[in-house]
Amino acid sequence: MRKSLFMYRLVFVLTLLPVTSGLFGQATFPENGVVDPRRGSYAFTNATIVKDVATTLNNATMVIKDGKIISVGTSTKVPAGVVEIDCKGKFIYPSFIDIYADYGTSLPTAQGQAGGGAGGGFFAPQQFVSNAKGPYGWNQAIKSEVDAFKVFAIDDAKAKPLREAGFGTVLSHMRDGISRGTGTVVTLGTSKENLVMLKEKASAHYSFSKGTSTQSYPGSMMGTIALLRQSFLDAQWYKQRPTEEGVNASLQAWNDNLSLPQIFDANDKWNCLRADRIGDEFGTQYILKGGGNEYQRIKEMKATNAAFIVTLNYPQAQDVEDPNEARFVSLNDMKHWEMAPANAAAFEKAGISFCLTTADLRNITQFWTNLRKAMEYGLSENKAMEALTKTPATLLGVYDKVGSLDEGKIANFIITNGPVFNEKSVIIQNWVQGEKYSVKDDAWTNIAGTYKLTVNTPAGTENYTLDVKSNSSLSMFGKDTLSTKFTYDGKSIKLSYAPMQRRQRGGGGPGGGGAFGGGQQAVQLPASATRLAGYSTGTEWNGTGTDSLGNSLTWTAVLEKAADPKPDSVKKKDPVAVGKVLYPFMPFGFEEGSQPRQENILIKNATVWTNEKEGVLQNTDVLLKNGKIAAIGKNLSDAGARVIDGTGKYVSPGIIDEHSHIAAASINEGAQVVTSEVRITDNLNPDDINIYRQLSGGVTSSHILHGSANVIGGQTQLIKLRWGANAEDLKFKNWDGQIKFALGENVKRSASTQGNTRYPDTRMGVEQVLIDAFTRAKDYKKAWDDYNTEKDKLVKAKKSLTALVMPRRDLELDALVEILDRKRFITCHSYVQSEITGLIDVADKAGFKVNTFTHILEGYKVADKMLKHGANASTFSDWWAYKMEVEDAIPYNAAIMHKVGLNVAINSDDAEMARRLNQEAAKTMKYGDLTEEEAFKMVTLNPAKMLRVDDRVGSLKVGKDADVVVWSDNPLSIYAKSLYTIVDGIIYFDRAKDADMQKWVDNERTRLIRKMNGEKRSGAAVVAATPSYQIIHSCSDHGHSHGLLTIDVDNLDNQ
Amino acid sequence: MRRIFFSILLGGFFMTAFSQETVLPTPPHKGTMYIKNATIHVGNGTVINNGVIQIKDGKIEKVGTDIVIPQGDVKVIDVKGKQVYPGIILPVSNLGLVEISAIRASSDVREIGEMNPNVRSIVAYNTDSKVINTLRSQGVLMANIVPQGSFLAGSSSVVQLDAWNYQDAAVKTDGGMHLYMPSLMPRADLSRFGGGGGRFGPQQSTSTDPVKEGLNKIEELKSFFTQAKAYFAEGTHKETNLKFEAVKGLFDKSQRLYVHGNTVRQMLVALDFVKQFNFDVVIVGGSDCWQIADLLKQHNVSVILGQMHSLPTAVDDDIDQPYKSAAALQKAGVIFSISDDDPQTRGKNILFNAGTAATYGLSKEEALQAITLNAAKIMGVADKAGSIEVGKDANIVISDGDLLDMRTSKVTAALIQGREIDLTDKHKLLNDRFNKKYDLKTPTTPAKPF
Repeated sequence: MRKSLFMYRLVFVLTLLPVTSGLFGQATFPENGVVDPRRGSYAFTNATIVKDVATTLNNATMVIKDGKIISVGTSTKVPAGVVEIDCKGKFIYPSFIDIYADYGTSLPTAQGQAGGGAGGGFFAPQQFVSNAKGPYGWNQAIKSEVDAFKVFAIDDAKAKPLREAGFGTVLSHMRDGISRGTGTVVTLGTSKENLVMLKEKASAHYSFSKGTSTQSYPGSMMGTIALLRQSFLDAQWYKQRPTEEGVNASLQAWNDNLSLPQIFDANDKWNCLRADRIGDEFGTQYILKGGGNEYQRIKEMKATNAAFIVTLNYPQAQDVEDPNEARFVSLNDMKHWEMAPANAAAFEKAGISFCLTTADLRNITQFWTNLRKAMEYGLSENKAMEALTKTPATLLGVYDKVGSLDEGKIANFIITNGPVFNEKSVIIQNWVQGEKYSVKDDAWTNIAGTYKLTVNTPAGTENYTLDVKSNSSLSMFGKDTLSTKFTYDGKSIKLSYAPMQRRQRGGGGPGGGGAFGGGQQAVQLPASATRLAGYSTGTEWNGTGTDSLGNSLTWTAVLEKAADPKPDSVKKKDPVAVGKVLYPFMPFGFEEGSQPRQENILIKNATVWTNEKEGVLQNTDVLLKNGKIAAIGKNLSDAGARVIDGTGKYVSPGIIDEHSHIAAASINEGAQVVTSEVRITDNLNPDDINIYRQLSGGVTSSHILHGSANVIGGQTQLIKLRWGANAEDLKFKNWDGQIKFALGENVKRSASTQGNTRYPDTRMGVEQVLIDAFTRAKDYKKAWDDYNTEKDKLVKAKKSLTALVMPRRDLELDALVEILDRKRFITCHSYVQSEITGLIDVADKAGFKVNTFTHILEGYKVADKMLKHGANASTFSDWWAYKMEVEDAIPYNAAIMHKVGLNVAINSDDAEMARRLNQEAAKTMKYGDLTEEEAFKMVTLNPAKMLRVDDRVGSLKVGKDADVVVWSDNPLSIYAKSLYTIVDGIIYFDRAKDADMQKWVDNERTRLIRKMNGEKRSGAAVVAATPSYQIIHSCSDHGHSHGLLTIDVDNLDNQ
Repeated sequence: MRRIFFSILLGGFFMTAFSQETVLPTPPHKGTMYIKNATIHVGNGTVINNGVIQIKDGKIEKVGTDIVIPQGDVKVIDVKGKQVYPGIILPVSNLGLVEISAIRASSDVREIGEMNPNVRSIVAYNTDSKVINTLRSQGVLMANIVPQGSFLAGSSSVVQLDAWNYQDAAVKTDGGMHLYMPSLMPRADLSRFGGGGGRFGPQQSTSTDPVKEGLNKIEELKSFFTQAKAYFAEGTHKETNLKFEAVKGLFDKSQRLYVHGNTVRQMLVALDFVKQFNFDVVIVGGSDCWQIADLLKQHNVSVILGQMHSLPTAVDDDIDQPYKSAAALQKAGVIFSISDDDPQTRGKNILFNAGTAATYGLSKEEALQAITLNAAKIMGVADKAGSIEVGKDANIVISDGDLLDMRTSKVTAALIQGREIDLTDKHKLLNDRFNKKYDLKTPTTPAKPF
């Protein structure tokens, strides 16, 4: 068994050796045998040479020697001692460069770490520190010390398909971890690792994926971003070689790598922006590797100023013939399928510099198919060429070596039989460092033409005429019509023939012409067919054979007339039409160009709930101008304003949800008990259908909170529901930040089915975590104050600062210091009275305030203490009895706290309930007898106060933001629907228009389903319909009714 | 006399805070009682204004506008300005089986194994669950207690919510057999979501096809039913098969098959049970039922909508689709009910699930019927409950305003089988306790209404 495997390998390796072996031996290596020095000197003459996109030379000559280009030109003479290769009719191009390969550095597949990067699960067992052995950093996913050039090994099995696709050079790196170390530029030659390496450290690589790291942290997108930011800071700090850090090879490498081109595997449009923001903060411009959906936000891509690496991988058509399967495939998935091939063209149109890569292709052989598809969808030939040659070479600083055919550069080029992007053209040879690798040698010679065939059988000579069409197709004419089978592989010829069967003839007909003449494989020749085999010597073929009776024979075929080369059949086509981009790229998104705009709006004659001392005003007008409330009163008028008839309708301020988890890529960073360094704002996700659904419930602002996985969670973000905006524009501007804390069962991980190993496990431990965190924060603050004082002193005294050691910037503690400085405000998930009082005690002693207690279902028991502390309360209307700590939760909670004098809000913490928050507020009338105004303020003005934005939202008052809802009925009634939801004077939800949009979605679905079905019927490969599951984030606190197609990633372990 | 008694009771409360343990079931109703000046929402879609309900020995004897109330020592309740409803029925519930879902020891809702037709919910029903009284406060007076499971989970029973023990509580025992349909939907490809810090590795094996697996399971179940049928035809048996015995009611129609499922595929399989075995089938969940409302009607299948307050199934769906499903069923003539399976509110928002259906296409009376008479019909207790009609138990709810709108919904009194029940619950007691602490004077333990 072993032996045969070895044998196989031996044979395999031998066949790989290029014909022109021993081009240059490496000086330091001993030779086993007699040296065979050759200089590899060739002249390629009479060729069309495309030196670069701008320069094409006709009838030109290129001379190479020692793996390098000696000269290129139309008047270049062929020096003596050089092998001349006549390239008449051939095209020569610089070979392609793939900037995003893992050739020769790919990870071993079996890592023994199933679930690669597990450990993020909310209740899963945790690994707190790195498993990596050695003087490395604390986090297993930061692998800056990895150098691809040290592990790189030539792998011809992988190089061959790349060469066949036209590539000669790749940048290869270890695709593992968040910081991935350096990449190396290598050619696809097969001589020796030492010789194929053009630049050993050419780039530094980063990603948002932990890869094989088994460490729990980071367990979220925002944790990953925090880790990257902290690593930048730690590396800066490490430059001082602080003694307490000892040797940290990861940080050392991080610093060393910063001078290289920085490549970030973002893999998605929003991730591209996230990566770019990190780069901006630390003065680094990343080259961004996209995921294929960047065309959906091309303006934002352009604004990054980054160069991009564009994937040629597109989604496959799905089998959606069964309506029950099509039902669960979303419009956005189908639209993306339709539009993805236009991604590269979108980059070109936007004037963004980009490279193309084979990365992500299911198979390298798809490269040409998909590249040509990108061209059908609008990518120009020149841009494609540039993206495969000059751009990557320039980005990597190797354009002096590869990327064009210029004197002195490495002899990396491809020879084709036509313009390279033409559909019928093929790559004949790929020369790497001056060595020839055959791709399709048989295409070198165009054998098409008319030949005279003479067959010498024992019975005599037979003459035929051969009409050779291609390397696999000819027609043969003699006395009788003949069926044939023909192949030509560049050298050998095989031809079989037999008189055509009557049946075949009859079945052929006019349409079947190809079937007899074409020598198509489908033709079954009888066993008695005459078989010829031979060799081509150019215009003459000679060989032997066996006739129908088994007699040996010889034969000769001589070219009589070469066929005229046919022009490429592919005509220049108009780019394929695709639909318009939607903002956001979702059903109910706005088509490009039809996004709603800010308007002046006059709502006439409505019942107006102001939330101000005016209370409820009857038959009143509200005027919105320039995104603000301009006037409230009777008989208002404004020329040019859109008028909404409010007769019989109600107008109120927009609803504000104090506790929401929508519109974010991750919510819980649960891998540590204190994660104040993570920020929701780093990973907002504008493509969340729940933004739109909640607008339909009158919500205009939502406070997006970190989950409750840990005692000190992440920094929160207040957003406005600007459906269609990007992440930056979702944010509520000029807002004091808040931060999520949590107490009780979730932070002690009581629901863990595998036991909890993370401190704390009791409410006693929770208190100690808080005391410890704020003690550290105070010490940290003092260390910085001392440092700054000392620095000022030295600066004043004009003394050297070199001896002064800067403290380590700690993002975690920075956030806590902000709390102490009253620049950041706490909203704390809490339930039972002991923990509420406990936190107040800790806060009072440490000198900070708890701004808001959220959930706070036992708040009614300690409302007086909360009031004294100065806290707000944000609670559920009527939840209880789903876990131990809500056993004493009562629906009268909000009313009691309100009556005691607290500022109280009702929140959703649930993407469904958020669209009925008005009804949740109304429950305080049912439970606790609050008035309508008191009740409605619980979801408008009161949350605005606790979010510290009541100067701008929460009530209808002249000068405040035009965040307004027009209701069909009393806003507290279950029968009320929002007719218009307006944010900043922009109508984002219009119930009448919503019906039209639904129709549009249905029609668009029908169109796309038909298109996919058409694809299937036309014989294209389709994959099984894949339900478009959606990731939903939650507090991990309770259940939700989010439907069949959602996955609660923060609750996976509980499902 | 009555008033005096009431005052004593109230005084007693304020002196020694009650605990829920002292909320006692009310003894059987004897004699004749009248409710007058009532706006009667009958439960069958009609409303009687200014009507009278005559109750005798716990049963409704007369309902109408022309009932003469005799002078003398009869009890008369004047509900002028209030709304009168039949007792609300929660059609699917884990009430009394689960006290606190996160506490394993307090849960008796899910047995081990996939084929548990012989498991019976009624025997685990805890009449002292603290959740029960909070539901009565909403007007929920009856519930179908349903076991959960991963396939054939066992039988449900209908209980009334004022009882000493499960035998007292039972209204109809083992009337439903519960089948939880396999998903019949391809799994999520979690690698698609790999961006988020590498949360999902290749651990989600897709080597098995859940659709095929599910369909195979269903074939096995059909085989079980076929064998059960043969077993019953046999008459006497050498060995008794408890699992076969447990589904006997499906064949003689004393039991209904409740099929828990949401997708069209799952529901089509349910229709097959109707055709092949002639079972009475009820769909539970049914979030996609609006797509096949006509087929459901054609096969006489009824539906219990699991949770109106849900997000739409697909991002492409009408944003209000779940709210509109009830109207689609109504239009097709399907008998349907509405449930509330929200785990955080424990069924108390069933009224507002129905109210939402009224906002999105049903009339208010149709919405009410869904959680009263229709629920009773589906559970086979319409002879006793579900509407304010002659001959039925006097299960009656009195509210200050529209029961289906939280803005006005406030239950002031309720009768089960003519018995005035105590509407005290744990929430009201805690409210009172802390009203006292803060001296707020808005206690909520009910003043006895009559």
